[in-house]
Amino acid sequence: MSEQAHAAFVADFGRRAAELPGGGTSWVERMRRLALEQFAASGFPSRHEEDWKYTNVEPLARHRFEAPARPAAVSAQQVAALGFGADVREHLLVFVDGHFAPELSRPGALPGGASATSLAQVLSREPARLEPYLAGAMPSGAFGALNTAFAAEGAFVHVPRGVALEAPVRLLYLSASADAVTHPRTVLVLEDGAQASVIEQYAGGDGIVYFSNAVTQALLGANSSLTHYKLQQEGDRAFHVAAIGLRQGRDSRFVSHSLALGASLARTDIGVRLEASGCECALNGLYLAGGSQLTDHHTRIDHLQPQGRSREFYRGILDGRSRGVFAGSVVVHPDAQKTDAHLANHNLLLSRGAEADTKPQLEIYADDVKCAHGATVGQLDEEMLFYLRSRGIPAELGGALLTYAFAQDVVGRIAHAPLRARMADILIARLPEGRLIRENA
Amino acid sequence: MTAPLLSIKGLQASVAGKPILRGVDLEVRAGEVHAIMGPNGSGKSTLAQVLAGRESFEVSGGSVLYQGRDLLALAPEERAREGVFLAFQYPVEIPGVSNVYLLKAAVNAVRKHRGLAPLDAIDFLKLVREKAKLVEMGEEFLQRSVNEGFSGGEKKRNEVLQMAMLDPKLAILDETDSGLDIDALRVVANGVNAMRGPERAMVLVTHYQRLLDYVVPDHVHVLAHGRIVRSAGRELALELEERGYGWIEAQAA
Ligand SMILES: Nc1ncnc2c1ncn2[C@@H]1O[C@H](COP(=O)(O)OP(=O)(O)OP(=O)(O)O)[C@@H](O)[C@H]1O
Ligand SMILES: [Mg+2]
Repeated sequence: MSEQAHAAFVADFGRRAAELPGGGTSWVERMRRLALEQFAASGFPSRHEEDWKYTNVEPLARHRFEAPARPAAVSAQQVAALGFGADVREHLLVFVDGHFAPELSRPGALPGGASATSLAQVLSREPARLEPYLAGAMPSGAFGALNTAFAAEGAFVHVPRGVALEAPVRLLYLSASADAVTHPRTVLVLEDGAQASVIEQYAGGDGIVYFSNAVTQALLGANSSLTHYKLQQEGDRAFHVAAIGLRQGRDSRFVSHSLALGASLARTDIGVRLEASGCECALNGLYLAGGSQLTDHHTRIDHLQPQGRSREFYRGILDGRSRGVFAGSVVVHPDAQKTDAHLANHNLLLSRGAEADTKPQLEIYADDVKCAHGATVGQLDEEMLFYLRSRGIPAELGGALLTYAFAQDVVGRIAHAPLRARMADILIARLPEGRLIRENA
Repeated sequence: MTAPLLSIKGLQASVAGKPILRGVDLEVRAGEVHAIMGPNGSGKSTLAQVLAGRESFEVSGGSVLYQGRDLLALAPEERAREGVFLAFQYPVEIPGVSNVYLLKAAVNAVRKHRGLAPLDAIDFLKLVREKAKLVEMGEEFLQRSVNEGFSGGEKKRNEVLQMAMLDPKLAILDETDSGLDIDALRVVANGVNAMRGPERAMVLVTHYQRLLDYVVPDHVHVLAHGRIVRSAGRELALELEERGYGWIEAQAA
């Protein structure tokens, strides 16, 4: 498919590679070249590939995107509107159209030698700091390769041994130019015993076509703890593809929230490798889609060592003619005895035209394990609705309440209170008749 | 004599094409307490749910007048606002919706319908505390999700709390006494008695004389095979307790 589209990216690489930050550093150049070769060989995925069965990237591949040489103008008010309140403590880095925007950022001071920096700055000034994490790590798939070939900007968050960040790091990736492509790369490194929470937020203008192709990689040392939020609020015509890859060290804890709200096509892949014993991971997800939106999550948890525990809770609310895709797999490898894994995906269809495809999957190669999975696709519960109405509550409010409660099961797990409150506001605004919930409170 | 509050004539209803109510006749006046008894599966809950507006039952004949109006033409929420209350035999669990939210939204929907201003937070809290005391329910239940994880008895008390909050004109209690321990039965019965009054009518669906020792009914009916086959005073309940339903069903057949 789309030979020309991917050829355009390849040609673009020829023009731009030399200008990318870190150019001139041999491992960086080699990494980019290999990635480009991989992308050139594979091209964009087609629907014949199992992982892309439901998600057609042809419209994306057909469109001509360009990496903006300069960012569009974005005001401090626009950035503030995407925040969770003026008095919220956080370390904020803002990127516009693939460029770091220091004037909009408020990184503040991080404790104990921890840092949250523009990736381009590190790549051009002290690339050696990134070499251990970037040089060998080739994210899988065409989009991951594309990101690696072009990755110019993003964030590097490094938390040294035993250091705990009190306030979260928020990385706001904004797109404001039509036909723009960005390849944000986020690198999170938590050394042994470190603790942090990181919010990756993707947003952009409605009405413009653009493409965010993000990759996040995280390395968790022994006994470290990372809470990661991905808040996807892209514009209504945007394409959003993101891959998150995690490697967990002994007794580490990882909590992930993927909150997918925007874009016309959004795909998020999350891969977690529990590489040592005693790891815990929890993947939470909520996707809301309406109109003709498509939202797709593919997750994979690899239990490689004993005594791991994983929990996965994903919920989708689909309206209009939207489509929600969830494919979650948990693989328990032969050495991963005493694994405790639980995977659930529930979908609520609010209209006849909406569709949910769900595929939870367990692959178990160890014998002493506790694993369960479940998935449902359904409509509003008729008995619950009748119960509410029999108490005088109008059907519209009853429906809104039940939908809100369905989403709250995921939103309620968000530990960062300002984000939890923002999500509640978003639900109220987005759900059919959601405003009735507040009016009757 | 005053016009009946509720007048059911020849009511027929079916579910999934299966007839369940086969011509129910019943008149209830303000101030009266009626008990409906009858064998399992005879259609008692169906009758109660049809009166509350459950759409999965298809009404295929007959009429129901409530305060002189066609009750069946109203949506469930309109019936509730007009003063019809059903305490469910199996109260529904609603995860994620708090009890207190449900109560507040319900009370204010009814108040709005009656032309009253919504209760502010303070007045609402006062009211809900007073009513919770009536059914001896701790305040921790208010913050919990509606019926979620409640024990059988707690669910039934919660139904009575909702009834007390909504101040209905016609309360239909579907086996609100089932599954209660002796103390809880007394609590629920006291709650029901406290609400008894000349303006309000109550229909108690029950299997047991026990409840009727506390809440003495004016009329007792037996529903069998989708029809009311016998109506009498409270002594009928005692007779049923002794003899069961067989003799009535035999007479009615
Ligand atoms: N949704 C349904 N689908 C099929 N049959 C139903 C449905 N609801 C009720 N019925 C049937 O209708 C009949 C009457 O049920 P109903 O619940 O009204 O009985 P009841 O008199 O309340 O019994 P109980 O004393 O056990 O509560 C039963 O045979 C029941 O199986
Ligand atoms: Mg019943």
